[in-house]
Amino acid sequence: MTATASRPDTGARTPLPLDVEAIRADFPILSRTVRDGKRLVYLDSGATSQKPRQVLDAERWFYENVNAAPHRGAHQLAEEATGAYEEARAKIGAFIGAPENEIVFTRNTTEAINLVAYAMSNAATAKEPEFRTYAVGQGDEIVVTEMEHHADLVPWQQLCERTGATLRWLGLTDDGRLDLSDLATVVNERTKLVAVTQQSNILGTINPLGEIIARAHEVGALVLVDGAQSVPHQPVDVTELGADFLVFSGHKMLGPTGVGVLWGRYEVLDKLPPFLTGGSMIEVVRMEGSTFMPPPQRFEAGVPMTAQVIGLAAAVDYLQALGMDKVEAHEKALTAYALDKLAEIPGVTVIGPPDTVARGGAISFTVEGVHPHDVGQVLDDHGIAVRVGHHCAWPVVRRYGVPATSRATFYVHTGYDDIDALADGIRAAQKFFGTV
Amino acid sequence: MQLESMYQEIILDHYKNPHGRGLREPFEAEVHHVNPTCGDEVTLRIHVEGDTIADVSYEGMGCSISQASISAMYDLVVGKTVPQALGTGEHFMTLMQAKGDPSVAEKLEDELEDAVAFAGVSKYPARIKCALMSWMALKDASARALSTTGGQS
Repeated sequence: MTATASRPDTGARTPLPLDVEAIRADFPILSRTVRDGKRLVYLDSGATSQKPRQVLDAERWFYENVNAAPHRGAHQLAEEATGAYEEARAKIGAFIGAPENEIVFTRNTTEAINLVAYAMSNAATAKEPEFRTYAVGQGDEIVVTEMEHHADLVPWQQLCERTGATLRWLGLTDDGRLDLSDLATVVNERTKLVAVTQQSNILGTINPLGEIIARAHEVGALVLVDGAQSVPHQPVDVTELGADFLVFSGHKMLGPTGVGVLWGRYEVLDKLPPFLTGGSMIEVVRMEGSTFMPPPQRFEAGVPMTAQVIGLAAAVDYLQALGMDKVEAHEKALTAYALDKLAEIPGVTVIGPPDTVARGGAISFTVEGVHPHDVGQVLDDHGIAVRVGHHCAWPVVRRYGVPATSRATFYVHTGYDDIDALADGIRAAQKFFGTV
Repeated sequence: MQLESMYQEIILDHYKNPHGRGLREPFEAEVHHVNPTCGDEVTLRIHVEGDTIADVSYEGMGCSISQASISAMYDLVVGKTVPQALGTGEHFMTLMQAKGDPSVAEKLEDELEDAVAFAGVSKYPARIKCALMSWMALKDASARALSTTGGQS
């Protein structure tokens, strides 16, 4: 677990694939200062990303020129709003290689996962026989992993409590990876769904989804992939992925808050009953009962977060102009550099894979003798924003025997100077608390 | 550097050399409080004789602010009556809501002794709950102890 393995390229600064200075100029917030005039070193994109001007402009454009409720009304604005909303859906779908009718807009990743979990318990009482296809009950099993974010754990615990199904999970190895040694027994004929993250928000681990999905499909289980930390940071194509659901949040990929995505294979979505009900999602409503639209409208009750969807499409444009392969390579170079820099500091332990093999840019660490909150406070005093605590993955910190960690996460505007600032800040924390 | 305004020397002293730490017998109530956003934890026991707090014993893990706050609270409340201790807790709450206003700290100096050093914490909203966790645990534990003993012992 310690990042003490010696690497020949220690501290090497390979040229970064992205032009950090040019990108920073697109992010208005990066020009402000914090804590008495310090440059903002934002290393908390894993919690929420900052927004480039292009995304803010797109939202403003929508409100100033088009604003109307989509899929309602006979006026020109309603028509244009509907067009903009559906064009955005197609663009966001194309970003992950999916057709537009497989893209459902939700509030965020958390709501997307709850949508699937509630649809699966609603299935048991659905009056339409095809909506009962994915019902779960006693004797059925749902499988998660020990590294899931609470958003991909608690909804499944609750589904099991509502339906009498059993929750099982894949554990972790000491070096921060999934323990797949019992995959064949944990995922078995009783398994109805496997929920697994593509990139851990706390450990940075990139999981071997191919093996897990193959096993799940072998036993007829559905697979939901939590892409909250992968879709913003690496190319993801749902056809290559081979899962049944992929969920992610707009606000972690340069987009606005309040919009997330549930991608589902159409034939699966088509057999799921609704989660939230109301306007927009109905086909025919009578006092005695109602019928529902096909996907994706079946899962989008009420006036949607139209401006946020337009903003997310602008974020997708921004990321595509940079190139997701370059975004991934950029973060990989930063991660290698940061792991080296942290390894140089005595008393610092990285919780998660110690090198860049199958690893993303979320780096959690502890500093011997200084509680993560106090580390975060000293870093904040230097203008450096990191996350501290259990990162909504309490079982993970418990598994590794630490009360909490500090976590640095990177994005397109992160440069080597940010990581140097982090390393200096950690040293300052050690000095302040007298551990060195 | 604003750090010193929060991490007063007196706080760091309590953190490094906590007063009254450890769980002891006898006790009438034990509570376990957590700070769910960060995972800070405290297990706190209270021993009352009549309505006087004869001992407060605790184990906890967490940041310097949360742990130092328990230690400073221990010094303040042992030997006081429960109503007096809860009154001191109210003063500490007032201090935490002061947003760094030095006049509030000045007024409370006599009542809060060492704990007045936490005044700087009130400028950092995210840390206030760290400082308050121990006081919340004390309030909870004393209510339970008094309901068990009916104020008698």
